[in-house]
Parts: sequence; structure tokens; C-alpha cells
Amino acid sequence: MWKTVVRRILVMIPQLFVLSLIIFFLAQKMPGDPFSGLITPETDPSRIEELREQAGLNDPLPMQYVNWIKDVAQGDFGKSYTYKRSVSSLIGERAYNTFLLSLFSVILVYALAIPLGVIAGRYKDTFVDKTVVLYSFISYAIPTFVLSLIFLYVFGYQLSWFPTSGTVDVGIEEGTLSYYWNRIHHMLLPAITYAVLGTTGIIQYLRSEVIDAQTQDYVKTARSKGVPMRKVYTRHIFRNSLLPIAAFLGFTITGLLGGSIFIETIFGYPGMGQLFVNSVLTRDYSVITTLVMLFGFLTLLGSLLSDIIMSIVDPRIRID
Amino acid sequence: MSKTDILLEINHLSTSFRIKDDYFAAVDDVTLTLRKNEVLAIVGESGCGKSTLATSIVGLHNTENTKVDGEINYNNQNLVQMTDEQFNNVRGAEIGFIFQDPLSALNPLMRIEQQIEESLIYHTKLNKEERNKRVIELLQQVGIPNPERTAKQFPHQLSGGMRQRVMIAIALSCKPAVIIADEPTTALDVTIQAQILDLLKALQSETGAGIILITHDLGVVAEVADRVAVMYAGQVIEEAPVNELFTNPKHPYTRSLLNSIPQMNTEGQKLNVIHGIVPSLKNLPRTGCRFASRIPWMPQDIHEASPSMHEVAPDHFVRCTCWQRFHFEEESDVV
Repeated sequence: MWKTVVRRILVMIPQLFVLSLIIFFLAQKMPGDPFSGLITPETDPSRIEELREQAGLNDPLPMQYVNWIKDVAQGDFGKSYTYKRSVSSLIGERAYNTFLLSLFSVILVYALAIPLGVIAGRYKDTFVDKTVVLYSFISYAIPTFVLSLIFLYVFGYQLSWFPTSGTVDVGIEEGTLSYYWNRIHHMLLPAITYAVLGTTGIIQYLRSEVIDAQTQDYVKTARSKGVPMRKVYTRHIFRNSLLPIAAFLGFTITGLLGGSIFIETIFGYPGMGQLFVNSVLTRDYSVITTLVMLFGFLTLLGSLLSDIIMSIVDPRIRID
Repeated sequence: MSKTDILLEINHLSTSFRIKDDYFAAVDDVTLTLRKNEVLAIVGESGCGKSTLATSIVGLHNTENTKVDGEINYNNQNLVQMTDEQFNNVRGAEIGFIFQDPLSALNPLMRIEQQIEESLIYHTKLNKEERNKRVIELLQQVGIPNPERTAKQFPHQLSGGMRQRVMIAIALSCKPAVIIADEPTTALDVTIQAQILDLLKALQSETGAGIILITHDLGVVAEVADRVAVMYAGQVIEEAPVNELFTNPKHPYTRSLLNSIPQMNTEGQKLNVIHGIVPSLKNLPRTGCRFASRIPWMPQDIHEASPSMHEVAPDHFVRCTCWQRFHFEEESDVV
């Protein structure tokens, strides 16, 4: 297994290299540059030119690329033009915020989706099942930004149950219990929004897997052994039905750092998604390229992780 | 045969499936008995209701779209009337079931030992250690060469024959009085088939269990069965001891089946077939002789209006009267 893992990681290097080429030149091809946003009628064009020269933006593109990739290879991702600080510390802080929010959201998603999916499958065509299916259709049909705005308006502004932006209130001492509660309080509304919309796929998958598993021969075997129906579900049907969910788990884990653009932007939550949108809007090249490289790496890692997880949960799958 | 030998008594059993709003009987008024130490073979084409009959005996049908009428008497209890919870004490403990395809019938995610152990958990008071011992013992009993190793393996790591042996071990685990084998050799190649049949026979003589063997393979019947019931379109149309059936078949269907077995010693001869197909559940004629449509060259008046079973020789029963004048299709019959 370790041989495969090492091989797969080595294969990632050329993949990431190609990605770096594409993203670097695409980013440079965007109209404008980090300084276009600074231009006002009073700005002296020569001052902008000076800044561009300083930042090395007037160098030929291949040279800029080589300079950038050299730094990246040494672990230096450059400085953000907008935030005037190193990209790695900026992303590190945002990744932490996003990780907390995503983890919270994903736990909510699984806590909601797994019981609903299993119950819907087990009691197929009953009232409960129809309700669950109706819910999943509706949540599938609602765009993220619509529900986010509705929730923000109703629960944030009208009912004032939740704070409407940020990760923590100003002036609360770090490390205290109320600090942690305050952070969770800030995450609740975006996490619930994410969970309400994110359950659809898992519910539908699980439901159809459970329905499918019920008719499998091994379920008949279990029944013929005199195993009570409840145990047939927990020991046989449930475990087999979870396999397709496990297949996505690797992507889910690495996706914890990806963040949701819509949710973070609408709920003013300073995470990776929000950082990504802002860096594109301000042409913050060093941040854009680093983020895309990171997302690319996470996707590759997710597929490797998924394969490893599958080989653990399904004895029929072996990677050597 | 004394009355005390009787293990399982099936009386007027009908199993009907719901299609839209109507119920259609796939097993129609079947009466059979299974005695101790006996292999009762149930033969018939695909779709004749033999597997439905088998699953009815262990109550594995979905109650929402299936209706089971009649009686299945085991140990002075009527299995048909049992609730699912009551039935769970019979299934696995008193009646063991062997499925056709051992690959799909074993849970792919569970080790062999867990799957065998499962019935021991629910039907015996053995502790974990004793159960493990019993699992190894069972694997040995069904002729698995390295039981300790096999116990730790997963189904996909075993060959087809080994998997079927595991299935048999599962069925035997609680020493059931009745074993139902639903086409246990169909998914296996011929040499393995013979081994599995020998194993079943050997285990039977050890345990004295009664076996109901569902098959469409007359070769298998000839090899292991004591008594044979031939099913056609949901009904038993002929029932006889195995020798009697092969030497003296009566019903046109039985005779056609035997006639359609390819002969090795006749070269260049046409393969004998039975005309038409088994009518589907929905289009099945519910009155009159159900086989009539497949012997169209015979006049209609040879059939009984409502065919019943007649004892034509000791222990040999035939449905309908058409057998008396039946002959195979001749040149002159072709229209």
C-alpha cells in the first residue's frame, strides 16, 4: 500500500506543475493589475508605473513565472498586495477559520443526512419517506445564495438570534469559555445553512442504497439465519449502504479547507472562500495562484485519501 | 411410513404476489410432506414456483405485496400464522436455508467466521469462545481444508465451491431438522456440483435432517433425491419415489422433461423440446389442466375439468387424467 501512496504522491508533482503554468498565465491575462484599484483622478500615472516596476510586473511573463516558481519551491508564496502580509500566514489564518466552519458543517450534514437517508430507505413510500424526499428535492432546488440570504435576513436581522458576520465579537478575551461559545455562535447560522443544503446528495444516495441492499441475497441469508430485522439493518444493510458515502469521504476531508464562496461571502465569515473571491477581485496574484495551487493539491490528495479509505472499509478493494 | 416420521407438512399452500391491485398465485394449492432422513426434490422449469415455495417455508416474502395461505406445519406449529419475531426462532435454528449463488448470498463486508457465528448468537447460549470453536468445527465438517485460515477470510477470497461449503456450514450451524437447498449447485461447475451433492448427502446421514432440494437439474435429482415432486405453473403435477418417477413417469410434463434430456449415444438426432413457454403469472389459466396449452396436438377432452391428484401406484400421485392417453407429437399431429 505504501508503494502506491508514494507513487501517487510523486505523480502529483507534474500535475501540480501543469496546474501552476495554467493558473499563472490565466491570472496574468485578467484585465487590470493589483494597482488598478488604487487609481483615482489625482493619481500620478508615473507613481503607478513605479509600483509596477517595483513589484516586477513589468518583467517578461516567463521570467515572472520562473521567479515565482523559484520562490514557491522554497516555500515562499510571496506577499499579498492587498493585505500587505505574507500569503502563507494569511492563508493559514483563513484556513483555520474555514476548517472550523467546514468541520462543524460537515458534522451537521452527516448527523442529519445519515439517519434521514436510512429511515427514508427503510420505510420507503411511507409518509416519512415522502417527506424526506420532498425536503431533499426542495433543498436541491434552492441556490445557496438564496437560502443564505433568507436565513441571514430572518434569523440574523429580524429575529437577531445569530450574529450576522465575523468569527468572534470584538473585546472578548481569547481562551475563555465565552470566547469559544461566541465563535460557535458565529458559525451556527452559516453551518446550518450549509447543512440544510448539503444533505441532499447523501440522503438520496443512502436512501437508494438501502432500498437496493434490502433485496440483496445476503440480506435474505441473514433473515434465513433468524437475525431480527433491526439487526439485519444495522449489521448488514447499513454497512453496505455506507460504501458509496465512504468513497467521497477523502474529498470531504480535504474539502474542509476549501470553504464555501457563497456562504462565507454572504455571512461575512473571513475564510478561504471569501479570501479567494476578494483576491480575484483585487487581482492579488500571489494569493490567487497560491489558493488555486492549494485547491488543486487538496483535490489530488482527496482522491488518494478516498482510495485509501475505500480499501480500509471494503475488503474487496486492495491497493498494493 | 409412520406419522411420527413427518417433519414438515405443507397443506394447501398458496403464495400470491400482488401485481397492481390483484393477487396472482405463484404457488397454487401445494400439499407436500417431508420426512426425517429424506431428500425431497422439487423439480420444474424456471418460473414454476419452486423457489417461491422454498422462501414461503421460511417466511422470507415481503408481507406488503405477498399473501401466503394454507398451512405449513412444523413441530405442531403452523409457520404461516407466525409473526416475524416468532419465525426468527425457527429460521436458522430449526430450518436452514442454502441459496443458489453463494457469492451474492454472503455479505461481502463480513469475515466468514462472523457470518457463521451470527446464527449461533441468536439461537444458542454459547459464549464467544465456544462459538469460535463451533465455527471451526463446522468449517471442518463441510470439508474446508484450512478452517482457521478460511474463518478469517472474506467471501471474495474463496472459490465458488468453498463459498457454497460456507453457506452449508451456515445452514447447518444450529443443527436444523430441515434444510432447504434452493438450487445449491446451479452456480457451480460440474465437478464441484458433485462434491457439494456428496457433502449434502453425507451431512444428512450424520444429522438425520430432512432436505428439500429445489432444482431444475434432473441429473441432480437422480443422484440424491429419495422422493420427487414435479411442479408446473405453481402446482405439483406429479409426486413419486425417485426410481418410480424415472422408470415410470406418468404426467405428460414429466415425460416431456425426461424426453428433452439430450442423449449422448444418439448422433444427429433432433433435440426434443417442449412447445411454448410457461404462461406468465398473469395469463395463467386458473381452471382446467395447466399443461394443456403445451400439448396442443392432444384433444381437449383428455383433461379433467378441475384436475386433482390421483394415486396411480403406491406413493405415486399424478394430477389430471391426460396422462392416460398422452403420446408425444407425431408426424401426423403437425398441422
